[in-house]
Amino acid sequence: MITKQVSVFLENKSGRLNEVTQILSDAEINISAFTIADTSDFGILRLIVSDPEKACEVLKQNQFSVKTTEVVLAKTPNQPGSLSKLLKVLSEGGSFIEYMYAFSMEQDSATIVIRPASIKKCMEILQSNKDNFLFQEGEFLL
Amino acid sequence: MIWNKKIECASRDEMAAIQSERLLSTVKRIYHNIPSYRAKMQEKGILPGDIKSVENLKDLPFTNKTDLRDNYPFGMFTVPMSEIVRLHASSGTTGKPTVVGYTRNDLQMWAEVVTRSLCMAGVHKNDIVQVAYGYGLFTGGLGLHYGTENLGATVIPISGGNTKKQIQLMQDFGSSVIACTPSYALFLSEALQEMGIDPESLNLRVGIFGAEPWSENMRKEIEAKLKIKAIDIYGLSEIVGPGVSCECTHQAGMHVNEDHFIPEIIDPENLQPVQPGEIGELVFSTVSKEGIPILRYRTRDLTRLIYDKCECGRTLVRMEKCMGRSDDMLIIRGVNVFPSQIESVLLEMSETEPHYLLIVERQGTLDILKIMVEVQEQFFSDEVRELEALRKKIRNNIQSTLGISVDVKLVEPKTIERTAGKAKRVIDNRKI
Ligand SMILES: [Zn+2]
Repeated sequence: MITKQVSVFLENKSGRLNEVTQILSDAEINISAFTIADTSDFGILRLIVSDPEKACEVLKQNQFSVKTTEVVLAKTPNQPGSLSKLLKVLSEGGSFIEYMYAFSMEQDSATIVIRPASIKKCMEILQSNKDNFLFQEGEFLL
Repeated sequence: MIWNKKIECASRDEMAAIQSERLLSTVKRIYHNIPSYRAKMQEKGILPGDIKSVENLKDLPFTNKTDLRDNYPFGMFTVPMSEIVRLHASSGTTGKPTVVGYTRNDLQMWAEVVTRSLCMAGVHKNDIVQVAYGYGLFTGGLGLHYGTENLGATVIPISGGNTKKQIQLMQDFGSSVIACTPSYALFLSEALQEMGIDPESLNLRVGIFGAEPWSENMRKEIEAKLKIKAIDIYGLSEIVGPGVSCECTHQAGMHVNEDHFIPEIIDPENLQPVQPGEIGELVFSTVSKEGIPILRYRTRDLTRLIYDKCECGRTLVRMEKCMGRSDDMLIIRGVNVFPSQIESVLLEMSETEPHYLLIVERQGTLDILKIMVEVQEQFFSDEVRELEALRKKIRNNIQSTLGISVDVKLVEPKTIERTAGKAKRVIDNRKI
């Protein structure tokens, strides 16, 4: 499925990540997953949260540069070879991936966050493969 | 030695008489030849006849750098081009440089004031002067060059850079005087150290340093490292170039060649003269120049004037080392940088007003300009490579505007301090 990921611009200085998490905590927003892309000067914090709209709002109120990006969430079986299969399908389908990250919260499944160059194309590839061979019905859609 | 004792040791009354006579004819020439300045005088209701002596100088309108730019290239000249024998231009960073033209007499006058300066610095005709200021449109190299020749000393016209060669010639030719920017002097001393050359083994005795602000501490450092006497020389191309003023060997302020350039100190806010001895903005009127005479030119340099007689015997007024600027112009590696230039580059890149801060630091002998730019909502991308591309674009655009390399750092919004009044755009951390 498609969801909204929240991205926050962070300078590389101590305490900034803590501030973000505190703001979200105060707003009672749950963080399902996050990743930080960083350079020597700055970082981009990417978050999957319970309420992306509200997260954006409270972070903006606190003077952060925030942006929402559509990402694809794919659920795969939590077993060897699943990620590799997913990537193979996407690459054979011609979907270019800007970045991705994954987390595994349940015993039998993992969630992959994919930021493809084209959301539409990525979804089409996943849809057309859903009955095919990869996963059980509906499993790649969260 | 005092090169021109009659002038340099004249009484205050004698000097005022010389200045008054020259000012009167300069005002007339400008009034009749420069329409823009004539309009300014008319606006104030002043006619050339109202100027009776140097006392009336304060009644005249000011001239700003923009006046020179607006009249680019030759609109401020008061003689036909056939009488102009030399052109120089200041390092214009955006748009048009400021052009100055010299007649044959102007060049002679310039050589005279540089010669006086060299004598103030303790240079004599047996000296070998290595001129390591840039030659070309910049006035430093040629200014020192002709002054040295006029003195009868030996000039080595090596120009700037090429440090190994500089050092080699110092060794081989026995240069006794070096003329360059103070930061290059420090650079030379470090190069000597790296090459394992003891400065005592050289014949250097005096350094004539200008074109850049520098401190007493920097003087001490240069003097200790190069084993020379470091002398401060001041000038700006709009007035003549180096030689407007120079320290004597007592190093207690720069003697202004005030029979040619009359200094005033004004309050940059209300533009009124300050009390004698107070700090304010330095203003110059040239009273002997033919090519491009200029009245009440606002230098933007902050300093004060000392009228006491100097221990050297000269009565020429002294100006202290400039202690800053009345505008926020920065001089970085010899290039004039205005925060407004950076602002306009940023404005061109987005629709909203940019927030930025300039931080200048001196790393070793090199000035580094760092530009902090706030990443506003419209700048922010979720992808690192796009932000890196943005940073590179900002850096390239600013570099091509300023002509010097800069560091751009993206920072979070609202992290650059906001003030109620004028925004603070510059932090100069250079220990000058
Ligand atoms: Zn003196």
